[in-house]
Amino acid sequence: MSVVEEVSVAAAQARMLEGVVVRFAGDSGDGMQLTGNNFTEATALYGNDLATFPDFPAEIRAPAGATFGVSAFQIYFGSDDVTTAGDAVDVLVAMNPAALITNLKDLVDGGLIVVDADAFTDKNMQRAGYKANPLEDGSLDAYRLLSIDISKRVLDTVKPFGLSHKFGLRCKNMWTLGLTMWLFDRSRDAAIAGLRKKFAKMPDIAEANVAAINAGHAFGETTELPAGIEIYKVPRAQVPPGLYRNITGSEALAYGLLAGGQLAELPIVFASYPITPASSLLHTLSGQKHFEVVTFQAEDEIAAVCAAIGASFAGSLGITSSSGPGISLKAEAISLACAVELPLVIVNTQRGGPSTGLPTKTEQSDLFQAIYGRHADTPLPVIATSTCSDCFDVAIEAVRLATKYRTPVIILSDGYLANASEPWQLPDFNDYEGFPVVHATEVEGFSPADRDPDTLARVWAKPGTPGLEHRIGGIERDAVTGDISYDAENHQKMTLMRQAKIDGIARDIPLQTVDQGNTTGKLAVVGWGSTYGVIHQAVKRARQLNMDVSHIHIRYMWPMPANLGELLKGFDEVLIPEMNTGQLIDILRAEYVIDAKGLSKVSGQPFKIREIEAAIKAQMESKS
Amino acid sequence: MNAPLTMKDYETDQEVRWCPGCGDYAILKTLHKFMPTLGLPRENSVFISGIGCSSRFPYYMNTYGFHTIHGRAPSLATGVKLANPELDVWVVTGDGDGLSIGGNHMLHVLRRNVDLQILLFNNEIYGLTKGQYSPTSKVGTRSPSTPDGSVDRPLDPCSFALGAGAQFVARSIDTEMKHLTEMLGRSHSHKGASFLEILQNCPVYNDGIFEQVKNKKTAADSRVVLQNGEPMLFGKELDKGIRLNTSLLQLEVVTLGEEGVTLADILVHDESNKVLAQMLAGMHGPDFPEPVGVIFCADVSGYIEDVYAQRIKVREARPPADMNALLRSGHTWQVE
Ligand SMILES: Cc1ncc(C[n+]2csc(CCOP(=O)(O)OP(=O)(O)O)c2C)c(N)n1
Ligand code: SF4
Ligand SMILES: [Mg+2]
Repeated sequence: MSVVEEVSVAAAQARMLEGVVVRFAGDSGDGMQLTGNNFTEATALYGNDLATFPDFPAEIRAPAGATFGVSAFQIYFGSDDVTTAGDAVDVLVAMNPAALITNLKDLVDGGLIVVDADAFTDKNMQRAGYKANPLEDGSLDAYRLLSIDISKRVLDTVKPFGLSHKFGLRCKNMWTLGLTMWLFDRSRDAAIAGLRKKFAKMPDIAEANVAAINAGHAFGETTELPAGIEIYKVPRAQVPPGLYRNITGSEALAYGLLAGGQLAELPIVFASYPITPASSLLHTLSGQKHFEVVTFQAEDEIAAVCAAIGASFAGSLGITSSSGPGISLKAEAISLACAVELPLVIVNTQRGGPSTGLPTKTEQSDLFQAIYGRHADTPLPVIATSTCSDCFDVAIEAVRLATKYRTPVIILSDGYLANASEPWQLPDFNDYEGFPVVHATEVEGFSPADRDPDTLARVWAKPGTPGLEHRIGGIERDAVTGDISYDAENHQKMTLMRQAKIDGIARDIPLQTVDQGNTTGKLAVVGWGSTYGVIHQAVKRARQLNMDVSHIHIRYMWPMPANLGELLKGFDEVLIPEMNTGQLIDILRAEYVIDAKGLSKVSGQPFKIREIEAAIKAQMESKS
Repeated sequence: MNAPLTMKDYETDQEVRWCPGCGDYAILKTLHKFMPTLGLPRENSVFISGIGCSSRFPYYMNTYGFHTIHGRAPSLATGVKLANPELDVWVVTGDGDGLSIGGNHMLHVLRRNVDLQILLFNNEIYGLTKGQYSPTSKVGTRSPSTPDGSVDRPLDPCSFALGAGAQFVARSIDTEMKHLTEMLGRSHSHKGASFLEILQNCPVYNDGIFEQVKNKKTAADSRVVLQNGEPMLFGKELDKGIRLNTSLLQLEVVTLGEEGVTLADILVHDESNKVLAQMLAGMHGPDFPEPVGVIFCADVSGYIEDVYAQRIKVREARPPADMNALLRSGHTWQVE
């Protein structure tokens, strides 16, 4: 049954909105990610600013209708400075009862629910935990409900294409996409072209899906909708002119690593072992063989990091990537790279932990591990990515530091950034300044212990170079000859030298800037990593309320910018939101002896703007 | 033209720190003599090792060398080869390094057939950490960690290598310079991963375990030297041989002239026969002679070669790499 027919008054008048959050939710097999991605593309083409957040379960194909199998894709799009995927949902598309029950709590009062009424069978409702049919028992009265017999309509639509019942039903997501496109006045062209390309070998399937999109759209256009349901208009955003594309953090990071390799004029060996949510880097780079990159799926994370170190020894740039548990396995080898002073880039796409934890969810709890998590005194640079497009620049910077200082560098990204997407104003790669690596070739007076007097970087002589045959290894090396040495004073000297080299990087990185607000004042909200977008919005709102708040976002986690301590001391209070139980706060306290207040969230979900806004307000009130 | 390299060119100025009488010295000396015979530029050779007495090896070879971490040499070597396929890469490892902590990497480097020469010094003990038993120690080995004798069964390195899919498996002895040299040559000329087990005496912690096979008096009866296409004969008088018992499907030792056995009954070695190789690898004393020589050798392409061949193919089918084009791939839109 559909409520649509029951309502007579149509008010298909466009409603102007500044921004809207839409969430598509369904079974993991319902194709919600594909739906979301298509809608995102149409939205980007329309000219809105946007941010997306896919949220999928750990189970690949959970039993149909199970609450733990619900896969969701959220997009926030608007006409002004969008930096998060949004706090509360305005429009919830729920393909079954499980999707409705698990997502309803995020819907705003008066929000719009679109459901497939056909999926609300007794069995599905029972499985989701509904005692009575929520579409009929009044429990959704606080919202606007658009209950449509989508399954039936889809099957009717695709009948001419001769699809089986099972394959026919798979077009449900495209029907829903078509309806949502109508709701927000988006063009279907790109999605339709995409389907025809994707199913080029199966034209029946392609055309069935296209018909489903068109049918969903036509449904919106021709059916008399319930009162209050109308086309939304979200005006185009005022974004700087230029060429744009939509990019996920993971893609940007992969491209950034390739770009870094080009700027360093070094081929890359990328060695990794699959782990969620880090695998997409391996996937992306494996498809770029026309670039100077060789990818290697190793037998485990230890082999991966070791192969990367071997590649660096041979004169290429070794890169490895994983998530927390895999980074733990790499720890011993990273210390070897610190000892022998070879370049290496390690990407940690953090996830909820410990152990398997929440593999598909996000967290920032590997900061301690990155900075401190190795045996012995093995400092190394750690830099964090803050937005999807920032991943590109951070990756380049990691390559620059690794090759210039002959050191492992850890990039901290996270599951949110890896999967989320945002429009990216494309840079011209020709504007990037190169930092070509020069391998040693001069035989006269060569020692493998030679180092640059300014950077303290060790000489890099690659096998194959005549006359520079030498040995390196994990046993402590003599500071002058590079031969093995168990000498006490030499070890002291070498340990301090390795530390001084990393400390010195602080002189080679930009000073810490203030993202928003004054450089001194009442309150600084200090963040790092993927919390950038939410903190940015929360501080913006607080400042609109005339609060004296500033936003400082740290990229260089180790060594930290030289002015950071002084900068923080210029504020009465410091608030540090983190998706861990307070790691940056401990580091800042230890480094600068400052007092700070933490705001911790470890639910596997990113912060909401209002959570940070509330913490800012509480902090301001307690002091006024 | 440069003067041909000599043994001296491969020696380093480092003080060799093995115990007096260690089998590693003999192996080192053989390598020093062998390397110049390859006629390769010295700078193209790389020795990579893990941790253990045996793994100190690279410090004593005047080539490029990397003494890495325990068990991981195969992985580092894979990275070196992936980065520069032109290099001649050797892995030196021990029974603990290569088959205990690094067993997984050994398995995969052999399975993948990465173009390396892998020298496994098997002294059936952990030398460097002062004599604990190893995964190749015989049951009953007394060591600091097994004062009452070890109870777990050992693995056989060559059987392991064959099981992992190695395409070249051979065995030699530390002090047998001639045989070892020949095996090094065979390992080197094989493309893909070559696995060479070298029986190595540790006079300090496991002295004499290979005495039967090495001692001039007993050697002839305790080992069979495998030669491709030749019958597997052994003994001082070369009157003993290996026969396949077809009803039991196993090998047996027979004596020529006894019970009607003739030369025609003796198995002829065929390096390319994997089933035979597996039987030979599992053949051990005291009831059988220990096989030395090339147990298995198959001619298939190596991993690195395949990786680069695939890359060339992909490149032929795509426009040249262009960073700006990559960034602009997928849907883009212009904001005016
Ligand atoms: C991660 C790690 N664990 C343990 C050790 C200690 N260790 C060094 S060598 C070795 C055993 C070496 O045995 P083997 O490979 O047979 O070499 P050998 O000394 O007998 O030549 C061990 C346990 C280490 N160096 N690193
Ligand atoms: S302990 Fe054994 S293997 Fe190690 S150097 Fe001494 S004799 Fe050689
Ligand atoms: Mg040993």
